[in-house]
Amino acid sequence: MAPLLEARSLCKAFGAVTAADNISVAVAEREVVGIIGANGAGKTTFVNMVTGYLKPDTGSISYQGRDITRLGPRATARTGICRSFQIPQTFARFTVLDNMLVALNVARKRDLFFWRPAHDAELDAVAQGLLAGLGISGHRDQIAGTLPQGVRKILDIAMAMVSAPKVILLDEPTSGISTDEKHAAMDTVMNALGERGVTILFVEHDMEIVERYAGRVIAFYDGRILADGAPAQVLSDADVRRYVVGGELHRRQPRKGVA
Amino acid sequence: MSVLTDRNVLVLLAAIPLLIAAGPIMPDWVRFFLQVSLASGLAVLGVVVQMRAGLVSFGQGLYYCLGAYAAGMTGHFVGVTDVFALLGLGIVVAAGVAVVLGFLMSRYREIFFAMLSLALSMILYGLLVKAEVLGSTDGFNLPKATFLGLAPTEQALRFAVYALTCAVTLLAAIFLYRYLKSPMGRIGEAIAQNEIRVEYLGSSARTVVHITYVLAAALSGAGGALAALANGHVDPEMANWTTSGQFVFVALLSGTGNVAAPLIGNFLLEMIRVYAVAWSPYTWQLILGATMLLVILFLPGGLWSLVERRKAGG
Repeated sequence: MAPLLEARSLCKAFGAVTAADNISVAVAEREVVGIIGANGAGKTTFVNMVTGYLKPDTGSISYQGRDITRLGPRATARTGICRSFQIPQTFARFTVLDNMLVALNVARKRDLFFWRPAHDAELDAVAQGLLAGLGISGHRDQIAGTLPQGVRKILDIAMAMVSAPKVILLDEPTSGISTDEKHAAMDTVMNALGERGVTILFVEHDMEIVERYAGRVIAFYDGRILADGAPAQVLSDADVRRYVVGGELHRRQPRKGVA
Repeated sequence: MSVLTDRNVLVLLAAIPLLIAAGPIMPDWVRFFLQVSLASGLAVLGVVVQMRAGLVSFGQGLYYCLGAYAAGMTGHFVGVTDVFALLGLGIVVAAGVAVVLGFLMSRYREIFFAMLSLALSMILYGLLVKAEVLGSTDGFNLPKATFLGLAPTEQALRFAVYALTCAVTLLAAIFLYRYLKSPMGRIGEAIAQNEIRVEYLGSSARTVVHITYVLAAALSGAGGALAALANGHVDPEMANWTTSGQFVFVALLSGTGNVAAPLIGNFLLEMIRVYAVAWSPYTWQLILGATMLLVILFLPGGLWSLVERRKAGG
């Protein structure tokens, strides 16, 4: 079966620094892919290239067989590829509901309507349903800038979901969320996305999260792909353990001889 | 909420006949200042709508002046004197120029937008000052206007233009009120907060900024044409940075939270200036400056924050 999303030989350099060196990834529909790598490995550069924020120096990206390499973020979003951000990108002075209403109006191509109100009962109900599905409907009237980091992260994801994307890229969805809340937040998000049949690529540093939610793991190192495969296979790869996750995995093992 | 059940819309609509009815009982000079402040208030509304989208225009005088000169030149050189035609022309010329310049301006934000808008208005100012055929720094007078083919007496014409100014300004305020609550208005505010997110949602920030810029220009062009009809005269000062700066100043002092605020604030500041000049002809700027300082110190959200505080307090 042809892949839903395919990046071929992507290269990107910022001056002397090579952020992507011949990256090739093919993702099938409904796949859940965890992207791991140390800081500076090229994970976010890859996400930025796929979502149109950065243009690769060479290589190409295709989605549903269509070349999207030169599309910007807006056009990429319109094709059905959306994203969330490491630092949540919300409208800080709007309420949670207003954030959702802006996203909904854009998703429904009403962004150039200048007379009818942005807010109506039907849109309100849709927004409320999405917020409830992600467990943050209790915050609907709170100003986004005052939300706890975990809620803001979920709002960021909720805004990406309103256009019913086929593919979503989550950039460190659990960073900044307390250890206790991480799994609950990921359960909620992954269930909501899974129910909608969304193909997911998520960048993550927490290997427990990666093992638990990813059906496939891609390990980045120094702008290259170090390993790509099933979680157990990639996370036990000697190079991956050495360059990417060694510390993380070892920390999780109970130390012998320690009372 | 339907237009005719919205309390703010109803208040603005009701203000049109009230202001018109109050016209004949006002002293002439008060009516004249109200008329001029409503006309220039349209340019302030243009500044406000851009401010809500995060853009500060220090060159709104460009469109105010273009609207005025379009009306003035058509009356003076072509002989068209109908107030509706002159007003329409002022709007069309200002909006038309903004459509073209908007392709450039919509690429810029923050200080770059502010400085570029200032530069464009000063180019027009420089051209007009050098244009002897347009009266150079003195400008020129408009011929006596007509009203739908009628040539009323001087006094009736003055009242008719006053009534037209009230109606146009308040209808424009209603339109703007609705616009700011519409998806495009909300996205304009969203752009001010996080433009990159707007793009990632799938909307074009540049298109929204461009349309906002044209809308602001059309409002300012209407204001300029109405001011030209009120004064019967146009001059390059309308494009000067002091005029543009005053629009920004009024917007900040009045507050941008409500479309009525700039109109009320513009009139109040105009009246303070009139009394300050009458009371202290050589140091009136000191009084105006002190007033502005007090507003900035005690009402950082502008004069409208007094109303909001009262509402919040129940």
